[in-house]
This record gives sequence, C-alpha cells and structure tokens, in this order.
Amino acid sequence: MPLSNDDLSAIWLTLELASLTTVLLLLIGTPIAWWLARTDSWLKRPVGAVVALPLVLPPTVIGFYLLIALGPNGYIGQLTESLGWGILTFSFTGLVIGSVFYSLPFVVQPLQNAFESIGNAPLEAAATLRASKLDTFFSVVIPLARPGFITASILGFAHTVGEFGVVLMIGGNIPGKTQVVSVQIYNHVETLQYTQAHWLAGGMLLFSFVVLLALYSSRQAKQGWQS
Amino acid sequence: MNRPLPMDKPQDPASESIQAHFKLSHDSFTLDVDLQLPGKGVSGFFGHSGSGKTSCLRCFAGLEKPQEGYLKVNGEVWQDSQNGLFMPPHKRAIGYVFQEANLFPHLSVLGNLQYGLKRIPSTLRQVPLQQAVELLGIGHLLKRMPDKLSGGERQRVAIARALLCSPKLLLMDEPLAALDPKRKSEVLPYLEQLHGQLQIPVIYVSHSADEIGRLADHLVVLEDGRVQATGPLKQTLVRDDLPFIFEADAEAVVDGHVCDFDQHYRLLSIRLNGSDSVLKLPHSMLENGQPVRVKIKARDVSINLQKAHDSSILNLIPAQVVSIVSLDGQAQVLIHAAVGEEHIVARITRYSFDRLKLLPQQQVWLQIKSVSLLGTA
Repeated sequence: MPLSNDDLSAIWLTLELASLTTVLLLLIGTPIAWWLARTDSWLKRPVGAVVALPLVLPPTVIGFYLLIALGPNGYIGQLTESLGWGILTFSFTGLVIGSVFYSLPFVVQPLQNAFESIGNAPLEAAATLRASKLDTFFSVVIPLARPGFITASILGFAHTVGEFGVVLMIGGNIPGKTQVVSVQIYNHVETLQYTQAHWLAGGMLLFSFVVLLALYSSRQAKQGWQS
Repeated sequence: MNRPLPMDKPQDPASESIQAHFKLSHDSFTLDVDLQLPGKGVSGFFGHSGSGKTSCLRCFAGLEKPQEGYLKVNGEVWQDSQNGLFMPPHKRAIGYVFQEANLFPHLSVLGNLQYGLKRIPSTLRQVPLQQAVELLGIGHLLKRMPDKLSGGERQRVAIARALLCSPKLLLMDEPLAALDPKRKSEVLPYLEQLHGQLQIPVIYVSHSADEIGRLADHLVVLEDGRVQATGPLKQTLVRDDLPFIFEADAEAVVDGHVCDFDQHYRLLSIRLNGSDSVLKLPHSMLENGQPVRVKIKARDVSINLQKAHDSSILNLIPAQVVSIVSLDGQAQVLIHAAVGEEHIVARITRYSFDRLKLLPQQQVWLQIKSVSLLGTA
C-alpha cells in the first residue's frame, strides 16, 4: 500500500472539509445570490465585488486576515473565546470558516446566474396562482435553478478540495486535524517522498478531471433540456 | 359540461360590481383610471400598444403597485391606498392568463394545472379539475411537458390553470396575441364557450377589435393611460363597426374597372361598380375595361355638403350617407357612405360632424385625398 495512514486521514479530512463547506456554502450562498440577482440596491455592486474577491486575491492574503481575525487578539477570536468555543485557528472549524470564504464566489456566481436567467415571468405566474414568495422559491425557483445548484455544488466542493494557501495560513499542518491532501503533497515533496507525492497528486488530477467532465456533461444536458 | 361553472353564488345586485381606481406613473408613462365595471360578464379593455391596458390589468392583479389605488371586487376590498391596504397577488382571488402562457417548464401539464388548485383550500375549490380539462379540451395533453405543446395548446392549459384557482375575477392579458391566425382560431371558440358559462367577471385585454367584438359585453377604451370610453358594448357601438372605429387604419376596399388613361399626366381612371363615379390615381397604363380593386383609407376621405371647386384634390365624388359610427369620448366619427354598389368610409372629427349636421340618407360629396391600387381583381 503506497499510502500511509497519514495520507488516508488527509484524504478523509479533505472530503469531510469539502462536504461540510459545500453544505454551508449552499445555505449561505443561496440567499446572497438571490439578493444579488433580484436587488436594484446600490449595494449590489460592492457586495458582488466583495464576494468575488477570493477569485483574484492570493490565498495567503485571505489566510493572513483570517488568522488575525480568528486569533486571540482578533474580534472573532475574542468572540469565540467569550462564547467558550476557544480559538479557532489551527482547528478543523477554522479550516471550514476559511474554506467558506475562499470558495464563496464559486457557489454564489453560478447560483446568481441561474436565478437571473429565470426572470420575472415564472415568479409572477406563481404569485397569481396563490403561491407566497417563500412557497414560490421552493416550488419554482429551486427546481428551475437546479442546474445552477449542481454547478455551484461541484465547483464549491472541488475548489475546497484544491485549496492550499488558506489552509496553510490558518490551519497549519496538524495530522488528522488540519492536514489535508494538498498540504500532505507539500510535506511529501519537502521530505523527498516522491512516490507518495505521485499517488496523491495523481489522485487529485484524476479527481479534478472527473469533476470537470461531470460539470461539462451536466451543462450540455441542461442545454439539451432547454432547447 | 354545459351547466354553468358554479363559481360565485348570486349576491345582492348592489355589490355585484367592480370599482377600480389606479394612478401609477413611472418614467414617462402615467396610468390614471377610474372604472366601474359590471360584476359579471366580460369587460373588454381595448387600446393600442402603449395605451396602458396591460399595466392596468397588472394593477388589478396586484403585480403592479400603483401610488394610488382602490379596488373593490363584488363587495370585497382588495386594495385601498388611503387606508394602507394592499393585498399581494397571491392573496387575491384572481386567475391570470398571460400573453405568453407562462407555464412552468419544470412541471407537466397536469403539474401546472394542479399548482394553483393545490394552494386553494378544498372547501373553496369550485372548479373540479375534470371540468376545466374538458372545457378547454386538454385531456390528451396532461402528461406532456410544456415545451412539447403548440402555442394554442399552451394557452388553453394556461386558461384552465387560471380557472382552477376558483377565481372571483379572471384577468386575461391578450391571450391570443402571441398566436398565429390558425392557432388563434383554435383557442377562440374555447374563449367564447367560457364567456357563456362563467359566472364571474372577466377582464379581457386586447388590441384586436375583432376579439373584443366577439367576446366582450362591456367595453373600456384606453388611450395614453386614460379611459377614453366605457359602456355596454352593444349600446356603445354596433359590433360590426368596432374594427372601423378603432383601427387607426380603417379603410374601404372598392371594386371598379379601368375606363381611361391620361398619357400626359399619367393618371389612371377607374369607374366604380354600379355608378358613374370615376376615381383617378397616378399609375402606369392598364387596359380599358380591366377589373381593379382600390383601397381608400378612412382618414384620407373628407366630406363636403357641396361640390368643391378649385381644389387640389383630384377625386371628388357624390355619395349617400349610410350610417354613422360615433363613440362617446372619441374625438372622431366614422361615416359609411355608399357610391353605387360600393361603400367608402370617412373619418372626420366630431366637431365637423356636428357642424355639418350629417344624417343617414343625406347626399354628400366625398373628397378623397389618396387612392391606392390593391391589384387587378
């Protein structure tokens, strides 16, 4: 078996982190995307820009600010400590928080596009058929935006699996706690364990390819359904 | 199938009406209407595009929130801006048929039909699914998805879907406008049948005088966001005249024969059938005796009591007034006049009409500014 126990626990941890992050992102990202898609407020552009920041910022910058905010002297760190949750840096929870920020645009943007493409007409039809706004959201918007939700989930998950800089900054390299696959590959290369690095790197490559293949196939199926 | 739809119990006549006042302005458009409509039957809202008829309908539905608004439907107040009352669309007992059907693409026909039905408490349901399906002839479509329906089928499903909400007011926004003539004739009979069976008020918006003439009992004419005319259709005007009075391009088509050609001025003379009257128009030469058909727009025809001399207008022919179509509130009046076997329509202002004191049977001179050849008959 070319994979060590540390490798296996890194894989497991990565999947756990990505799954939890994706679920949280769908919960947080859906209202943000809906608001961005429907609002005429002047805040639309600033908020849209903030959501998109992780697309252009080096992960180390996000990681650095999160490290400070979550640390014992940061606002969030003081809050979590006063709530008895302790300091979240160098913990799995800290990684989840970092990942949510880091992958936010990958979930919000596909959802926002999907919501925008629905337009007003189905919402008005639902309103004239006795559906309240919340009812309309669940019975019309979510089914019509399904391709957007699929894309958002796949991208959010895959992007979290691929993160490295943010993890290293706020999570460090603690086996079983914050040591994810990308960090583990780095460790193997540092210690010249190229065989193990190959296994993990090759696995990531294959995973990314399969994810993107699935994504593009689902897009094609969606276009076929629409025409 | 032929029993009336049991939609609304008879109420005392005083409350059987719709009172509406909407004042809405955005950008350069202002809608300002004050309406009293019958609580039963079809009210046809007629107007050209941009006249505000769709905005007005959206106000009835609550899809548009006017700055000032009051709406009372058969005794129930749905909106009263003075008391801060605004019922959102989903709380109003309406059925709404959109111009583009607007079916949910993710639901089958049956799913679409049940969408509204499921949201009505069963004690308030007054239209059984089966009845709506039969009434609109869509039984064979229930399992299909909307993208597998023709335009006419989609619209029939949309109408059934609206009826299944057991509305107290049915709102229809040009339900036939997006259909080609063949599909239109496929849906229209269903609408006429509905008209006979519905016990609830219907507001039917259209820019087609033909549809309004066939379906409406009460007429509302909108222009620039204001009510131009309102009243029972039959009293307001003769149904057959509806297309003429409203359509900006009211015109007459008359038949005749070529009787002369002036080489020098390149004018063709046409003798109208059944009379000695001759129309001249610029055209290339055609053979004498050839049957032709010409088109004369009502707005190009004016009326003189005596033969005018020294006019630049070429065509001046005697005629007899046949009928007069006049609609309260309209600035213009339409005159039908007979020339031999042919009829010509003239659109003149109400002012001129009153000044000339025109009456049926009266002999007049028609002054025709422009004639165009439609083709050789």
